[in-house]
Amino acid sequence: MGKPAVIIIGAGPAGVRAAQTVARAGLRPIVIDEAARAGGQIYRRPPENFTRNHAELYGSEAARAQAIHQDFAALEGQIDYRPETLVWNVADGHVWTAKDGETQAIAYDALIICSGASDRVAPVKGWQAAGCYSLGGAQIALKAQGCAIGHQVIFLGSGPLLYLAAAQYVKAGADVAAVLDTSPFWLRVKAAPKLAECPDLLWQGVKLLADLKRAGVPVLTGVEPVEIHGDPQSGVSGVTVRHKGASKHFAGDAVAMGWHVKPEAQLADLARVPFAFDALTRQWLPQSDAQGRAGNKVYLGGDGAKVAGARSAEVTGELAAMAALADLGLSVNAAVDADRRRWLLSEKARYVRFAQGLAQAFPWPHHMVAAIPDEAIVCRCEAVTAATLRASVQSAHAQEANRAKAFSRVGMGRCQGRYCGHASAEIIAAARAVPLEETGRLRGQAPVKPIPVALKRIDL
Amino acid sequence: MSQIVKSDVAIIGGGLMGCSTAFFLAQRGISAMVLETDKVGRQASGTNFGNVRRQGRPIFQLPLANRASRIWRNARELLGEDVEYLQGGHIRVCFRERPENIGKMEEYAALAREEGLDLELLTSNALREKFPWLGPDVLAGSYSASDGHANPRLAAPAFARAAARLGANIVEDTQIVHAEKQGEDFLLTAKDGRRFSAPVLLITAGAWAGKIAGWFGETIPLTPRAPTLSVTEPVPYAIAPAVGVMTPDEVETVYFRQVARGNIVLGGSTRAPSYPDDYRAYVLPQNSMTQFEHLRRLAPALSRLQVIRVWSGIEGYTDDSLPVMGPSAKVSGLFHAFGFSGSGFQIGPGVGETMAELIATGTTDIPIAPYSITRFVDRD
Repeated sequence: MGKPAVIIIGAGPAGVRAAQTVARAGLRPIVIDEAARAGGQIYRRPPENFTRNHAELYGSEAARAQAIHQDFAALEGQIDYRPETLVWNVADGHVWTAKDGETQAIAYDALIICSGASDRVAPVKGWQAAGCYSLGGAQIALKAQGCAIGHQVIFLGSGPLLYLAAAQYVKAGADVAAVLDTSPFWLRVKAAPKLAECPDLLWQGVKLLADLKRAGVPVLTGVEPVEIHGDPQSGVSGVTVRHKGASKHFAGDAVAMGWHVKPEAQLADLARVPFAFDALTRQWLPQSDAQGRAGNKVYLGGDGAKVAGARSAEVTGELAAMAALADLGLSVNAAVDADRRRWLLSEKARYVRFAQGLAQAFPWPHHMVAAIPDEAIVCRCEAVTAATLRASVQSAHAQEANRAKAFSRVGMGRCQGRYCGHASAEIIAAARAVPLEETGRLRGQAPVKPIPVALKRIDL
Repeated sequence: MSQIVKSDVAIIGGGLMGCSTAFFLAQRGISAMVLETDKVGRQASGTNFGNVRRQGRPIFQLPLANRASRIWRNARELLGEDVEYLQGGHIRVCFRERPENIGKMEEYAALAREEGLDLELLTSNALREKFPWLGPDVLAGSYSASDGHANPRLAAPAFARAAARLGANIVEDTQIVHAEKQGEDFLLTAKDGRRFSAPVLLITAGAWAGKIAGWFGETIPLTPRAPTLSVTEPVPYAIAPAVGVMTPDEVETVYFRQVARGNIVLGGSTRAPSYPDDYRAYVLPQNSMTQFEHLRRLAPALSRLQVIRVWSGIEGYTDDSLPVMGPSAKVSGLFHAFGFSGSGFQIGPGVGETMAELIATGTTDIPIAPYSITRFVDRD
């Protein structure tokens, strides 16, 4: 019998640490990643011929980024690395990959999903105008391509990425028109004890804010988005918010918006991992034990399981790999493993408390989402307004997310509800006057991302 | 003990058959209640391909299909809402290596004409002029201008709402776990203990119906299967008809249609097993791949499109792929309409109107003898 087949999906901080752990046990894992180069979104690298160095690209996290990149490079020869490859389905103990128009089914004995996170966005009236990007998208444009999303950029949302991306834009020489945070400042003060779990990160946050203010960027907290102005020809022209009871307008030609990130949990869903409702962040999350065991030979690591940041991802990626190895009967040294596991779990607990602090300090603005005006578009792929969604609940009696999707087309487009799913659930819950969890969750369906009809199977 | 909910007719199963029967009963002033385990139209009725096609059905089924066709055409006025019925035609094609199918198409067209369905046989230049997107392997096509397609997600719920407006009682989230005839009435018990009673009972419970009919000594073996469906990203609207392949080989039987929004819905090829007890049906990725492969042959231009979602549902197949439709062979007042074997969507509203007629008057002009339950059970 050959060695067990371990597949790791994702080559961000969690996937890299998982790959290292599995390779160290003498296995040759398959590491599948959508990007051309390892690092994930957080430590995403520009194309080979770009010249900006780690310090310029990743600021205070440069050392960590460099370690991830170097440690992954050192695995060459020990792993079966498949970059620029999409996993579009998981079924019956196989992952289905797609690359260059070809697909194959690959069997696994253990599947470690480190699929990372994507932006959590809330709809704002007018957000379909060209020039509206997610915060992560705005940051990737800068990190990977060295370009800004506009000449005069407005940052709207909440969470650490709002300030980080804005500060990176300022540093890169872009004109940042304003940073508009929907969270009131006092929540940060209240969450301070939990945020103190990672004092250096807290300090970085304080510094970012100071940098922005020093650069003369208006930073407003506790705002309520009213409208993103623009027209179909020229795109975004500005943003209006309400702040301390007054209406404020900021001119700009691009908006970067986002409220933290959320797990890319579609593959876990297809692998039939159970989900549970998380009241703090108001979303459904895939379930696993403390080490990442999700049942059925599936293991979850990194932000793809629960968002706790890049440092936590390194820890949970390793934990998931250790759990997979233990279940395969491949623990090298039980006593050493136990010590390591104990330390990793305590690190994880710290990061989870910090993440809870962030969620409390910069909450998802569910009241604003639920109260979005009727004429605002909720689902951008299918251009469905809040009015249509509300009508599917009120006159067609849709009680939950999948039914509302069937009637209104919200979540039926290219993104499959990635960017409107959370918002539409809030709107359905408000229309029904029930708790959010009663609106259910959109069932995951393949493909995780679009696949061409031309896709040819090559493993037969 | 809770009060027993009563009506003239009780219907177990809120799919297209049950909801449209309730609607046509209500039109006749007969009160009906639809008892649905989940939400109306969510299983096979809501997840099928959406073909509103008559050609290809057994010739003896065409009167029923014609009746349904008239209802689809008037659906908007009848129901007061849109079910996205598009009468863009339907074309059934055959491939070059099966030239014998041309003869079969001609033969079928001659018989169909007698039943009022006009089919035009197209080959070579005429075929390509009309449908330039057909692949070079396509040899001939049989075109029906008066068929089309509709939106399955909307149809059964629209019938349910229209029935409710006329006074029918649509009871969702209600799984009937026991039914028996007591004296002149059927007594139905839900999982939570609620009870319902009616002198007439109609079973329209799709893949679950065989078991329910079994409570009355009419166990019908149904095979639960799961169709393979996919939808592409939207592209400019350009393809009017629903398109399908005529072939004896299941893996080649692919079909597609373009909805007004622009997406192309792909269906057919291999079906998977489904799991009615768990209310689950899964698309097998290998089936999607063979579906794409045969679609590329049918319409090569579709290769350029991206598929954004696949889905399936739970269908109940009889051993001869014909439905069970008509009165019970054993219990008076009991009726069946189930086992539509993956081809019930088009005839659905016709089934509803026919079952309502049968229940109200005791007879119908629509030939339903081929669907008799006596194919499977002896008459008492």
